[in-house]
Amino acid sequence: MIFDYETYKVIWWCFVAVLLLGFALTDGFDFGVGMALPFLGKDDTERRVIINTIGPTWEGNQTWFIAAGGTLFAAWPLVYAAAFSGFYLALMLALFALFFRPVGFDYRSKIADPRWRSFWDWGLFIGGFVPPLIFGIAMGNVLQGVPFRYDDLLRLEYTGTFFQLLNPFGLLSGALGVAMLAMHGATFLHQKTEGAIADRARRMAIGAAVLTIALFAVAGAWAATGLPGYRITAMPDAGSVFMPPAKTVAVAAGAWMDNYSHWPLTLAFPAAAFAGALLAAALSAARRTVAAFLASGLSVAGILLTAGGAMFPFVLPSSLTPGHSLTAWDAASSHKTLAVMFWVVVIMLPIIVMYTSWVYRVLRGKVTSDHIRDNEHTAY
Amino acid sequence: MAPVDEVVALSRLQFGLTAMYHFLFVPLTLGLSWILVIMESVYVMTGREIYRDMTKFWGKLFGINFAMGVTTGITLEFQFGTNWAYYSHYVGDIFGTPLAIEGMMAFFLESTFVGLFFFGWQRLSKVQHLSVTFLVALGSSLSALWILIANGWMNHPVGAEFNYETMRMELTSISEVIFNPVAQVKFVHTVAAGYVTASMFVLGVSAWYLLKARDVDFALRSFAIAAGFGLASTLSVIVLGDESGYTAGEVNKVKLAAIEAEWHTAPAPAGITLFGLPNDKEERTDYAVKVPYVLGLIATRSVDKQVTGIQDLKKEHEVRIRNGMKSYAALMRLKSGDKSPEAVAEFKSLQDDLGYGLLLKKYTPNVVDASEEQIRLAVNDTIPKVAPLFWAFRGMVGLGILFLFIFSAAFYFLIRKRLAPQRWLLKLAVFAIPLPWIAAELGWIVAEYGRQPWTIAGILPTHLSASNVQPSSLYFSLAGFALFYTVLLVVEMALMFKYARLGPSALHTGKYHWEKQA
Repeated sequence: MIFDYETYKVIWWCFVAVLLLGFALTDGFDFGVGMALPFLGKDDTERRVIINTIGPTWEGNQTWFIAAGGTLFAAWPLVYAAAFSGFYLALMLALFALFFRPVGFDYRSKIADPRWRSFWDWGLFIGGFVPPLIFGIAMGNVLQGVPFRYDDLLRLEYTGTFFQLLNPFGLLSGALGVAMLAMHGATFLHQKTEGAIADRARRMAIGAAVLTIALFAVAGAWAATGLPGYRITAMPDAGSVFMPPAKTVAVAAGAWMDNYSHWPLTLAFPAAAFAGALLAAALSAARRTVAAFLASGLSVAGILLTAGGAMFPFVLPSSLTPGHSLTAWDAASSHKTLAVMFWVVVIMLPIIVMYTSWVYRVLRGKVTSDHIRDNEHTAY
Repeated sequence: MAPVDEVVALSRLQFGLTAMYHFLFVPLTLGLSWILVIMESVYVMTGREIYRDMTKFWGKLFGINFAMGVTTGITLEFQFGTNWAYYSHYVGDIFGTPLAIEGMMAFFLESTFVGLFFFGWQRLSKVQHLSVTFLVALGSSLSALWILIANGWMNHPVGAEFNYETMRMELTSISEVIFNPVAQVKFVHTVAAGYVTASMFVLGVSAWYLLKARDVDFALRSFAIAAGFGLASTLSVIVLGDESGYTAGEVNKVKLAAIEAEWHTAPAPAGITLFGLPNDKEERTDYAVKVPYVLGLIATRSVDKQVTGIQDLKKEHEVRIRNGMKSYAALMRLKSGDKSPEAVAEFKSLQDDLGYGLLLKKYTPNVVDASEEQIRLAVNDTIPKVAPLFWAFRGMVGLGILFLFIFSAAFYFLIRKRLAPQRWLLKLAVFAIPLPWIAAELGWIVAEYGRQPWTIAGILPTHLSASNVQPSSLYFSLAGFALFYTVLLVVEMALMFKYARLGPSALHTGKYHWEKQA
């Protein structure tokens, strides 16, 4: 093991962040394109153009989600267990929505009946709209703390309900999740299409970017001033082996701003969130489509890192028993497992990025109506 | 607080349902991907377009199936967390690793290249496209490898140790987990079963075209590839049956004894019970038909080792449960803050039986105060019901023998060039299409039901593993899964039938049956 336990714990916070960012940045635009589908595609050919901009690659993108889930299980088993059993119904709804995508893409154009195709178009819309909404709501609730605690054998007890998740800050975060991925999907579509669809995507990108800025500003101001934050007051040495109940935690308004005052450089995260969205709007307006897409990605990454960075080392704060909150220090796997998984990520991640880039390069270029007509029977 | 029985029962039902649905699609993906590699390799080597058409046509059916495999697969990656939170906490340190590696090493490969398989024909050279097809196949088989390493560990948990400070199992050796003999045997058996499934699928659909005398050239070539690949795969499934792994690990012995309805330990080498009616109450098999020696040979690969019978296993388990009570008491002493060297040493000497002590949690939360009656109930729990295992196993093996017959006959008549007159064989191949799925599901029932009452053999009982979620939430999710999966399965089947009926005409090349008529 080349690093000590504490270093691995920090590295693993970064790895989880990287995997979740990979998910948000790649599958994020698939979600956005799904949201756009029924509105930006006015007839069947246009809708097929939109679907085929992501058809060959969305599956690989979704794998970031699967890989993040598996990695969370291996490196942060307590988070995996607490987050998914706690948000049980919310996650089930997200899964049900995700079910529409694999079959929607593959089955939609295999039967010509317009009702059949329209059904799957709306299915793909649900698959694009609902997961970002739910993940956003979940993130908003994580920032507020979630009602759970552990017993002597470290069995988890969660006392919240599904409807408690639908509080104002949770819904605001949900809306932000939808807006930012709508922006991301629209900038992608703008860059992958031409003519009328591209024009509509451009307008959607500008609108969604402006909305993202507004929602992020409101959520940020709320989290900085009104929202109770969490702060560790005492805990065993970060490099030692301990479980969540071993520490004490205080709850105070504004505590989520601690990291930003300790390490002012982290203010780059919210700055990137704003600047990226502003640029995405401006560059879309100027029809600089590739740059707009990259700017939108910068904004999405900035928004997620703003939330994650504010909470560090917290991962899942407990509103019921703050001391039982899960942090990067006490929710991790053993030293040995973190070390083994370190190598898995260090070796596999560059390989994944390499072959994924190759696939995108092979499939580069715009998807057009002519392309759909020429590939009537093979395109999605 | 342990979850209520209703939650445990519903969670098991949901996991069983979603896993069995998932495995309706996995075997075809596993096998068909390699059949596509074979077909496309022939195309690249010979340049004959019919092989490209074969790759594209069977690839279409592959895609219809693959979509459902992904849909039902997402659930499984998250269901340990949603429904088995304590399990996830207790063994995530070990169990999570193969799942994570599966995602990063295998599923990523498969999913990234599968799009290029469908849409890369015009953008890639022949060899590049073949490489893509190969990587999809490699990804799907690697995926099975890591999942079965995880599953093998549940049946035979090696390379791990309990840590009382974190209240969980922790990794001691990743290589022991990877090279777990149970996992390796399971992997070979399961992927080979997938190859059989796909071969039977291609064989049966091709046989149907032959019976209808449609696209005969196309069908015959597909039939030949399926017959060859299927024969080789069936032989490996039978020779490398994962029963041979059941000698490793305590709980697998129970499985073996239950499969064979071996109530009493028989002198080595034990005979195998071909048929009979297992009677759980009286602990005997009525009307048993036995073949001497065979079980000992299969199970222990020897003539002198014994296969332990159920009654003796129960006696062993009773001892371990009583030790488990002491182990739990020692754990509680540590938990109460007494970390003296004696207290630690006492627990260490007893910790291997902690799991057996936890079996009593179902009857008494304190474990240490269990009555004789409660101990007796826990001992009985250690043996799953015999009849389902006995019959599921025989069903699976019987079907395996039928597959061997079909593939051998297909292969024989094919090389003798006398296939066309054997209409009985072609019809049999068509009707046999669904049977490998039944065999595979029966195999999973043997493997997973046979592991009860444990999620992790000898370590963590099933009833403790479940999350503390509301029964109402479980009814909602269970209904959701049943509804979604059933509707989607019907849609999938409809599309499969539609495209299988169309045959290669679905490619719109103008060369095949339905297009010539029009």
